[in-house]
Parts: sequence; C-alpha cells; structure tokens
Amino acid sequence: MKRLVQIGFVVLLALLWQLATLGHVSPLLLPPPAAVGREFLVLLQTANFWPDLRVTLFELIAAFLIAAFTGSAIGSAVSRSSYAVRVFDPLFAGMYSIPAILLFPLYVLFFGLGPGSKIAMGATIAFFPVVLNTITGLSQVDRAYVAAARSMGASPIQMFWSVMLPAAFPVILAGLRIGLISGFLAILGGETIASFSGLGHRIVNLAESMDTARMFANIVFVMLVAWVLNAAVSFAEARGRRGIA
Amino acid sequence: MLDARDADASHRKIPAGRWALMIQVDGVGQVYGEEGDPRRIVALENASLEVARGELVCLIGPSGCGKSTLLHLIGGLAAPSSGEIRIDGERVQRPLPQKIAYVFQENALFPWRTVLENVKLGMEFQGVPKAEHENRARESLDAVGLSEFAGHYPRQLSGGMKQRAQLARAFALRTEILLMDEPFAALDEQTRLLLGEDLSVLLARTGKTIVFVTHSLVEAVFLADRVAAFTARPGRIKQIIAVEEGHPRSRIFMTSSKLAGLRNELYELLHDEIYKTMNEAGIAR
Repeated sequence: MKRLVQIGFVVLLALLWQLATLGHVSPLLLPPPAAVGREFLVLLQTANFWPDLRVTLFELIAAFLIAAFTGSAIGSAVSRSSYAVRVFDPLFAGMYSIPAILLFPLYVLFFGLGPGSKIAMGATIAFFPVVLNTITGLSQVDRAYVAAARSMGASPIQMFWSVMLPAAFPVILAGLRIGLISGFLAILGGETIASFSGLGHRIVNLAESMDTARMFANIVFVMLVAWVLNAAVSFAEARGRRGIA
Repeated sequence: MLDARDADASHRKIPAGRWALMIQVDGVGQVYGEEGDPRRIVALENASLEVARGELVCLIGPSGCGKSTLLHLIGGLAAPSSGEIRIDGERVQRPLPQKIAYVFQENALFPWRTVLENVKLGMEFQGVPKAEHENRARESLDAVGLSEFAGHYPRQLSGGMKQRAQLARAFALRTEILLMDEPFAALDEQTRLLLGEDLSVLLARTGKTIVFVTHSLVEAVFLADRVAAFTARPGRIKQIIAVEEGHPRSRIFMTSSKLAGLRNELYELLHDEIYKTMNEAGIAR
C-alpha cells in the first residue's frame, strides 16, 4: 500500500510535468518527460558517461578516505580526554554549521580546476560528521564495558581496539555514511561551479548549450548513482551493526 | 547465634585456626568530593572485614550504603580515601586480574561478541595463551550449562542466561576470588532462586573465595557463610551474621526455619537503616 502511494505520487508528478509542457512552457526550458526518457536510454546505451563518472567517483573515494582517516583519528585522539571533548566537540560542531562550500573558491585557487579542488571540498564536508560521530560514539561507551574489561586486565591498546572501538562502531559508521553522502553532494556542487570534468561539469555543460532534455537525463543518472551509493552504504552499515542490539 | 548479635567486632575476624586469611579490609573509607563541598558524599566509613579462603561473604544494606563501593575497592577498580585493603597480604592498588574476577549486575557482556567470544576475550585480556582459550571457554560454558548457546549473541539470551554467561567468563579466568555485584538483581524472583541454588552447587565445587553484594535477604542467607549488614549512608558495617550451614545448599535449606530465622534477624537489623534511607530520599513521611 505504501509502495503504491509512492509510485502514484511519482506518476502524478510526471503527469503534471507532461501537462505543463503541453502549454506555453518552452521545451527549451522544460522538455517533456518522454523526451527525457528517450535521452536517458540513449545515455545508458552509448555509455558515454564513463569518463565523467570515473572522475567523480575517483574524487569521492579520495575525499572519503581522507575524511574517514583524519576524522576518525582526530576524533579518537580528542575522546581520550574529557577536557579535550569539552573543548573540541563544540568547536567542530560550530565549524560544521558554517557553509563550507564558501571555501570552494579558495580551494580552486589552491588546487586548480582539476579533481584536487573537488577532493578538498568533499573531504572538508565529509570530515565533520565523521569526527563528531567518532567523538560522540567513543565518549558514550557504556562504563560497564570499560569496568569489566579493566577488571579482566585489558591493556590500554586492548581497551581501545577490543572495547571502545567496537562499542562506538555503530555511531562512527553512521558518521561515515553521512560523510560519504554529503561529500558526494559537495563534489557534484563543486563540479558545477568550476571544473574540467565530472558528472556535475557534464550537467552544467548541457545546460549552457541549452540541451535540456539530455541535461535532465543526466540528472536522473546522477540520482541513480546517488541511490546506488546510498544502498551500498546502508548495506555496509547493516552488516557492521551485526551482533549489536 | 548469640555472639552474632554481639556488637563487638568478633565476627569481623575469621574464626581462629579454621581458615586462611584471603581478603583483609582494614578501616576503609570512601569519600567523594572535597571537604566543605555541599555535594560531598561519604559513601563508606571505617569498614573492616576479613574474608577467609573459600568463604562466601554477602554484603547487604540499603541503597547507597557503600556495599558496591566496597566491592569496587576490593577489586581495585577504585582507590579508597582511607584505610587499606590486602589480598593475600598484598595491598590492592589496581585491578588484579590474575587473582580476582568480577560478575557485574548486567550489561557487562560485550554485545558485539558471541557468548564464546566474550569468554575468550576475558582470557585474552588476562593474558592466557591463545592455545588454551577454546578448551577453557568450552569447559566453563559447560559448567554453567550454556554450551549450546556458545554461538549466541548476548541480546539473544534471557536475563538469567546472560548472568550465567558472565559467570562463565569469570570462571574461565580461574581466579581464586570472585566478586559479584548484585549479579541477579535484574532477574525475577524464581529465576533468581534457581540461579542461587545452582551457584551454591558450583561454588562448593570450585572452592573460590567470594564477596557477593545483594539486596535480597533470602539470597544473602541462602548463599553466604557470613552476611555483613550495612548501615544507611554514611555506610558502615553494622553487624556480621554467621550462617552455619555447609555447601552446597539445597532447597531444603531454602525452606528451612533456620533460614527464615536468620532472614528475620537480618530484616530487624536492616529495617531502621532502610527507613532512614527512605526518609533522606523523601519517600517516607
């Protein structure tokens, strides 16, 4: 039933869209859904999205690895002292609320129009949810686990790897998921502003050449990519939570 | 029985010549907060207690009387503000995983590990050679009757089974001393009584020295060789009652008039203290 309503809603939107294109709206601004569908099939058949998809995915993976490594390392270091948590947690939370996309022009100056500036942008955006969730996760570990491990003689290293990290893992994982998705959005945004290649660049190019039907087809394609990413990450998260209530 | 009522400290000492001394608690106090701080709490005051090798002593008293605090101090999980605790004559300053194992109230099993992996992790922490993990873990799971649940995660177990699993984890460490902090508090009464019977059998077999914190009068009398009753905060040991009954104890003892008599005696002893605690918390008039 829920599914049915959801599908009905999408169909309704498409119908409204089709209706709008029948009237006075120029097909240059809003191409009819059928035309977009045709272009989408062409896009899939010719597969000429590969070079741009490869660039965007490379940027995403690089940005995510940087953010995941630095975020979890800094988060772990901070959470070792409750004083550091009180100092840095609000600081990172405050910085997270600044629209980091404003740094993008600076990154273009630093790293150029190529993938470098997108990686920096994506890593900056993805860093904050990772570091914040790492701090939260590690400082919320149940004291009972710590006391039990201590009574059995756990060394500091064993305490971190066998108790703290697994106990905090679900929260850290949620941070990684948010980081990956928001990093992806930031990279696409960066590509639409200033770039040589990538999926965002492709869409801007098509818009500027008034090829709106193909542009919409590419937007649908990006949505597909985002959906696959999300599904993959949710799957990984569910696997990671296994065994934890 | 009569000397148990005696206010003098004779019962704090182990009956001479019978057993060897294992745990010595010597004038121990625990204070949280600085002098003059309105939130300063005297959790425990001048507690003295001796526990013999192979003896089971229960600590019982109103909430906040410092019985769990004393257990933490004996286990080296915290340092006392005053006084001294000695295990085998050696002063306790940190956890002694080779000598002391713990069973906590609940939720002390690692939920991301199966029962078997929990037991093994304890041995890894304690430093048992890896080659022995599997055998020793299986053995101790057998002892508590959980062999079939070795591959289960803690959340898949009932409350009673979780506590058995904790007990197995503690047994696998093969320590002489077992400290139990209200291990059955979260269980319903029937499960608790049955686990108590099992525990009595198990402990009689292993000969461990045990300090057991509980809220339950029946549990205390049923399990203990001696019961230490605490006063309301600031917690002191009010009196120690001896339960002269061999182990393992069965349901015959559970329903005996001897147990009932001792339970009543203990209740008399604790009644005023519990009332004081409730007054302080504003529960009673």
